[in-house]
Amino acid sequence: MVQLDFAAVLADWPLLLRGAALTLALTAIATVLGVGVGIACARARTHGPAAVRALASAYVELVRNTPFIVQLFFIFFGLPSLGLRLSSEAASVIAMTLNLGAYAAEIVRAGIDATPRGQLEAARSLAMTERQVFLRVVLPPSLGRVWPALVSQIVIVMLGSAVCGQIAAQELSYSANLIMSRNFRSFEANFVAAGLYLAMAVLLRQALAWAGPRWLFGRVAPRGR
Amino acid sequence: MSLQRRPLFALALLAGLGLLGAAPAFADSALDTILAKRTIAIAIPTDFPPYGFVGTDMAPQGLDVDMARLVAARLGAAVELVPVTSANRIAYLQTHKADLVISTLGKNPEREKVIDFTAAYSPFFQAVFAPRAMALKSPAELAGKTIGVTRGAIEDLELTKIAPAGADIKRFEDNNATVSAFVSGQVQVIATGASVAGNMMARNPQLGAEFKLLLKDSPNFIGVAKGDDKLRLKVNEIIASAKAGGEIDKLCVKWLGRPAGDLPN
Repeated sequence: MVQLDFAAVLADWPLLLRGAALTLALTAIATVLGVGVGIACARARTHGPAAVRALASAYVELVRNTPFIVQLFFIFFGLPSLGLRLSSEAASVIAMTLNLGAYAAEIVRAGIDATPRGQLEAARSLAMTERQVFLRVVLPPSLGRVWPALVSQIVIVMLGSAVCGQIAAQELSYSANLIMSRNFRSFEANFVAAGLYLAMAVLLRQALAWAGPRWLFGRVAPRGR
Repeated sequence: MSLQRRPLFALALLAGLGLLGAAPAFADSALDTILAKRTIAIAIPTDFPPYGFVGTDMAPQGLDVDMARLVAARLGAAVELVPVTSANRIAYLQTHKADLVISTLGKNPEREKVIDFTAAYSPFFQAVFAPRAMALKSPAELAGKTIGVTRGAIEDLELTKIAPAGADIKRFEDNNATVSAFVSGQVQVIATGASVAGNMMARNPQLGAEFKLLLKDSPNFIGVAKGDDKLRLKVNEIIASAKAGGEIDKLCVKWLGRPAGDLPN
């Protein structure tokens, strides 16, 4: 008979809280940078010169066709042999950013591809430069169209950050693992960690669904600014 | 149904899983099952040479693996080797995925609360290793240094006790990751078992690593499920006869290069 003892796990709440905070911090940085990388790559793949287009495609395919943990280990254990030594947290943020960037690139590209031709022609007939057309006419409604998919991808990256504990980044799953290796309450520790991840994912989803229309693409998405 | 809309549903699902986990009950002694089925599941390490590692033929070998075979043979049972890591081996025993844990398992009070131990079957010690050039004569000098250690291993617990507040302890999932972190320079100091360190130093002479501080002299014991005295006493009998018969010494000479020495019962 398995006796459940949640008190043994919850006694370490400062550790869990610190872990959850680092998970959120890693996710926040990776989200800002990763969506930026994604937009840049989407622009490169739709509008860039052939060489840039090929480069962006290579990056997207490389990241989307290799496991996240391999990318993480490559950055943390592999790069030092090339002379680049990163802390666990820096390596985690870079791996998460690169990962999110590649997936975001494809998602944003889908949004850009769905831009009606007439809008482009209208913008150009107003003598807007290509940069203005992209930043003011193409990008905002594109982001609005794909925002739910992008938010899902960000949540996936946050949940995927659970493996960053493998390189000693002290995020939530690292805390849970540490607690269960101290008191062997693996079921309870995993249960509590799962609950925290669930709560964080729901909150993150709500926060992004609220923030996107306000700050990125305007309240009525298809109309742009 | 999206989780965003139905957090309560998701929570109910989690609670349901909790009930499932609390249900199973188990037979009194694993020994009866082992003798009836004529097979025994033994948890062994595969990341811990020379105690347990995977050879070029991809088959596990090492002192613990040979010990597992010896115990199984004396019980007249076929052995099913279950590869585990330092972090998950106790969970394997608790959840009855393994009947015995022969996995360089050291004894300490925290572990004695959740599993039982047989007599010791092989010697072991944990220590702190660092490059020769680093001055490191006392635990206080660990302050300001990054130290790699395998989470949940004895050396983690001992290091956590003696390390000063300023020491940056990086805990990794298994010995391979810990050693990789030290070899790639991600940590300056490594706390690990003598065998792991010996193996690492032999393969990476450029590190110039050496023994610095003893953490714990900790012979290895075999773990059995809490309260399974029948199996524990039977295994103790096997260990005692293997000690008297010289098989244990033979294993230690083969894998560690020295006889077992004095082992506590």
